[in-house]
Amino acid sequence: MKHLKTSRAPISQKAYVPSAPENVDTIGGTVTVQINSKTMTVPFGTTILEACRMSDIYIPTLCAHEDLGIGGHCRLCLVDVEGMRTLQASCAFPITAPLKVKTSTIAVRKARKHIMELLLSEHVGECYACVKNGNCELQDLAKEMGVDSYMFGHDNVSKYPVDRSSYSVIRDMDKCVNCRRCVRTCIDLQEVGCLEAIGRGAETHIDTFMAKPLAEVVCINCGQCINRCPTGALYANDPSDEIWRAIEDPTKHVVIQTAPSPRAAIGEEFGLEPGISLTKELNTAIKRIGFDKVFDTNFTADLTIMEEGTELLTRIKKAVVDGDESVKLPQFTSCSPGWVKYIEHFYPEYLDHLSSAKSPQQMFGTIIKTFYAEQAGIDPKDIVSVALMPCSAKKFECNRPEMDASGYKDVDYGLTAREMAMMIKEAGMKLPSLPKSDFDNPFGLGSGAGLIFGATGGVMEAALRTVYELVTGREVPFEKLRIEAVRGFEGVKQSSVVLENVVPDWSFLEGVELKFIVAHGTANAKKVMELLKAGELYDVHFIEIMACPGGCLGGGGQPVPTNEKIRKARAKAIYAEEETLPVRKSHENSHVAEFYAKFIPEGPCSHKSHELLHTHYTKRGKFIL
Amino acid sequence: MLVLEKNNLTEEIELFASQYDFHRTALMPLLEYIQEKYHHIPDFAQQEVARVLDIHPVEVYGVISFYSFLNDQPKGRNIVRLCRTIICDMAGKCQIEQAIERELGLKFGETSKDQKITLEFTNCLGMCDQGPAMIVNDRVYTKLDPEKACAILKEIK
Repeated sequence: MKHLKTSRAPISQKAYVPSAPENVDTIGGTVTVQINSKTMTVPFGTTILEACRMSDIYIPTLCAHEDLGIGGHCRLCLVDVEGMRTLQASCAFPITAPLKVKTSTIAVRKARKHIMELLLSEHVGECYACVKNGNCELQDLAKEMGVDSYMFGHDNVSKYPVDRSSYSVIRDMDKCVNCRRCVRTCIDLQEVGCLEAIGRGAETHIDTFMAKPLAEVVCINCGQCINRCPTGALYANDPSDEIWRAIEDPTKHVVIQTAPSPRAAIGEEFGLEPGISLTKELNTAIKRIGFDKVFDTNFTADLTIMEEGTELLTRIKKAVVDGDESVKLPQFTSCSPGWVKYIEHFYPEYLDHLSSAKSPQQMFGTIIKTFYAEQAGIDPKDIVSVALMPCSAKKFECNRPEMDASGYKDVDYGLTAREMAMMIKEAGMKLPSLPKSDFDNPFGLGSGAGLIFGATGGVMEAALRTVYELVTGREVPFEKLRIEAVRGFEGVKQSSVVLENVVPDWSFLEGVELKFIVAHGTANAKKVMELLKAGELYDVHFIEIMACPGGCLGGGGQPVPTNEKIRKARAKAIYAEEETLPVRKSHENSHVAEFYAKFIPEGPCSHKSHELLHTHYTKRGKFIL
Repeated sequence: MLVLEKNNLTEEIELFASQYDFHRTALMPLLEYIQEKYHHIPDFAQQEVARVLDIHPVEVYGVISFYSFLNDQPKGRNIVRLCRTIICDMAGKCQIEQAIERELGLKFGETSKDQKITLEFTNCLGMCDQGPAMIVNDRVYTKLDPEKACAILKEIK
């Protein structure tokens, strides 16, 4: 599909990386380079760092990150290039001519160690009391470099106040080492643009517009900066103290819902390889911690599909049959709170396109304090509802003032996978070795369609399975229900499915080509929105957007580190777990049907469902007061 | 800012940026233009610049914070910058400083109440052979002595 030019910097301001010829066999397509004593041939334009990684030569890096552009800020990856007067940063040195590189001369080692010591001289490091203790790249590198004293001193006096204004992201700039990963994440990867390097020289620091608190600028709370921060300067707002207190309180009934993505990733916090799902072990751990009930967010993901799918069909019907001009198509998904805040800030004029259905987390919050409280005979004011999410924006979402359909705060605390792992560790458990146990009823059954919400394209796949079957009476025509067109990590995916031989109720949809787009990461969302603005998406019906690269499994509350390989492993785990489930379509979930029969007999998108399961949005705009 | 002023500013920014085809290369000339005209670049103007050039406001703020001659807070209409680097210091910067402060009744780093003059120190002006040096708005004055400095300031006062 056509992409608009949205790159922020002109080529002249980017690090010069010559593009390698497509065919490396052409003359000049490859360059021979000698690294230490090893001679190798690499494609023209490969950086020294990449070449070293190809041949398993280790070079320490701090500011380099697979997901981000070249920085060249930290200078830890210095190497000795023959013929150059000074040491060169290998991450920003493209090989365009035969070179001789030495990666471990005494000058290189000494320079790296001094750079490390200089970084530490400005890092207010109180490692024991730091959220990143044990999982800190700066700490690891200091050990690797053999730092045994603070040659240039060590700062222990706080220079910046901690910014706790945001519900989601806390900024402690004392710990910042100016690697600018967050800046590149915020501006280049996510195109949100609320963090930038401010000042010059020794006074450079990372800050927001006019040094305002994070809650007052256009931060969408996606937390991608947290996932990429190599120190403890950025971290999520941790509610675990309050949760522990609620668990200790005998008058409180503490309920938790767990989303699919953290279950596929939490093992990484316990030293497992990425891509091992610990759903049932996690249930045991949660019960042993002292939660009264553990529910599966997949249940409300199925509800979301029922509501959002019905809403989509209603919109299409209104537009096609009634010829209603005011109906807004395409419809956007509203599951990702980061995306919701993004569109509220940057494209408020398109808010009507957003599905009014709440996200699965908020639906569950409402149901727990209404339906479940009624069924279990518990006063909703005594229920403390916790949500285990892969997401930092969910912390903001549950604090939205309109999220009180039950009469109380629907979800009390959003908990990230990292914080859950911390709670399990505090309770003295080793998660991977725990026995398995199931979710609690009455919401014990979640379909596979709900499970794949965790990966980009998952909501679309789940919706298609249901919508297609509702309209045609047949399963989606794909092997094992795998809709490959919406799977995978391409930034923007566009596809369509033709509805043929439809059931009589939906006869107006006969022969209609249902067009849909899937995008992940708000930079890709911006591309889609610009296309929509340009009027090119007039015939698209449904667009799924997730704020984080890779969807929820790459969310801002997931274990650190993250890169494409890890995200792919998590996606594989989610899709593999999905195929083992007995029910794989939202509308076939018997518990959902039971819920509707008992609680909302009028069905999806009825008046009561609108009261409880739908929400409205705020036009925020991007102007910062 | 009043709504009318805001509208005027927006119009000016759009007109100026149109000369550069709304490309982000217009950023520096645009900021210099606003600085010269309004003596500072208010946050509203920063956001308008960002909107017109399709970049993020924080990037505009980053550029302003990088350059000493661009300010985001209001300053006086005339800015006096005295070189504080070592050569000028040895050539008698302190006497000039004291003379100026006495003359204006104003300390360095401050702005006069009528918004006429702001006193600042600056780093090397490249006039080390002719020190002490100071720069008033865009004009450099060299080989200063206290009387000469006061005479220069009287002219702009």
